[in-house]
Amino acid sequence: MLIRNGRGLTENDVTPHEIYLRRREFMAAGLAAGLGLAGGAAAAPLAFRPSKWSTDEKRTKLEDITGYNNFYEFGVDKDDPAKNAGRLKTSPWTIQIEGECAKPGRYTLEDILKTAPLEERIYRLRCVEGWSMVIPWIGFPLAALIGRVQPTSKAKFVSFETLMRPDQMIGQRSPYLDWPYREGLRIDEAVNPLTIMAVGLYGQTLPNQNGAPIRLVVPWKYGFKSIKSVVKIRLQETQPKTTWQMLNAREYGFYSNVNPAVDHPRWSQANERRIGEFRRRETLLFNGYGDQVASMYRGMDLRKFY
Amino acid sequence: MDRKTRDRIVYWAVWLACFAPFVWLAAQAALGELGANPIERLIRQLGVWGLRLLIVGLAITPAARIFRQPRLIRFRRTIGLFAFAYVSAHLLTYVGVDQYFDLAAVWRDILKRPFITLGMLGFVLLIPLAVTSTNGMIRRLGPQAWRRLHWLIYAIVPLGVVHYYLLVKADHRPPLVYGAIVLALLGWRVVERLRSLRPS
Repeated sequence: MLIRNGRGLTENDVTPHEIYLRRREFMAAGLAAGLGLAGGAAAAPLAFRPSKWSTDEKRTKLEDITGYNNFYEFGVDKDDPAKNAGRLKTSPWTIQIEGECAKPGRYTLEDILKTAPLEERIYRLRCVEGWSMVIPWIGFPLAALIGRVQPTSKAKFVSFETLMRPDQMIGQRSPYLDWPYREGLRIDEAVNPLTIMAVGLYGQTLPNQNGAPIRLVVPWKYGFKSIKSVVKIRLQETQPKTTWQMLNAREYGFYSNVNPAVDHPRWSQANERRIGEFRRRETLLFNGYGDQVASMYRGMDLRKFY
Repeated sequence: MDRKTRDRIVYWAVWLACFAPFVWLAAQAALGELGANPIERLIRQLGVWGLRLLIVGLAITPAARIFRQPRLIRFRRTIGLFAFAYVSAHLLTYVGVDQYFDLAAVWRDILKRPFITLGMLGFVLLIPLAVTSTNGMIRRLGPQAWRRLHWLIYAIVPLGVVHYYLLVKADHRPPLVYGAIVLALLGWRVVERLRSLRPS
């Protein structure tokens, strides 16, 4: 049987080899364009694969995830970020990576997105205020990004900083927190497979109020550790100062691991209200991620290192 | 319009103004418009309205004197009782809905968390004022003893402000605004008192 192939196709119809070789760049550029659009409120769909680390619990409604936020850069009330974050311009975006590493530098978001394939991580999020959600994040392991910049043996901690831009982040015009927002992790926590940099949720790019275009997610720690809209990552030898600890060290520790046995002075941490549920439920040690993270804290007094 | 009718209308206007936040909150609750965490919102709103009405109650005497409107005093009881109703609903929502009547947990909160300790103390002190708000009770106590008892409000309202201040995580400006108003209202009384003591 005669097989007719390529009716009238010529060599000119084939994608030029040099463009073919740059196909990954185009994909990354398209993705970045989508992330940029998120600043204008329109979310763009993301390509991702599932992850074995995802929970199968019922996911919190998108409108609750995007309408009930602690993002003090946009105001202190839970609905302030949804109201005020639309003004933030998230494109172009770069992250300055510096400190104890062989390849410091200013990395564009497009470049950072080439670090590793995106995965969906459906994680529990527990806020220090006693409420929780289940959020389908899209992101990649922070370990991949840290590996890329080749940390030196002195890199014992990682510190993070949020964008400082008071003209677009109206909360920063008031000094109730010491801006810019700062957070930190020990290096082993940072490269734990559960720790991700998220760029999306519910299959779409991050809405601004959730920390667009790129944020940290550390699911076994209280939510305030998962710093949003990150512009700086620093590898360092000493334990970094973090924003809430600087404000009130007695109430907010560096570790801030979810722990029902260690109360916050103002809230019991024994239980929590899952958003969308009526009755409170028991809070789990390490937010239920003990199998993956407890070994990092073996021998540590979690009351002292709260 | 005769004076009696006008008084009636003004009285009901005040009553409705005091009741309106209840209606508004109930309507929002019924329509599911209280946001992602409706219980937290409800507790916060009931508490804030309780505090606002307590402060309005505290403002009546100075307002009556400064604007020479002695008849304003007749609204004090209504406003005070509404404040008590909001504060009670605030507490009941925390105990009954938020904590689901886990009284052991509530008791631990009272012992352990200063903002709850002080809020609870404020509520307990409000009870005798609400109970003795009827004409019969005023008569039975005698005006002098009744007045002395109701001086408790000068402790209760600051307790409410401190309760609010202590629960705020970072932006303390709203409770400080309430605090400044309360300070001014109490300060006015101190000044008046000193003036009346000074031999003229």
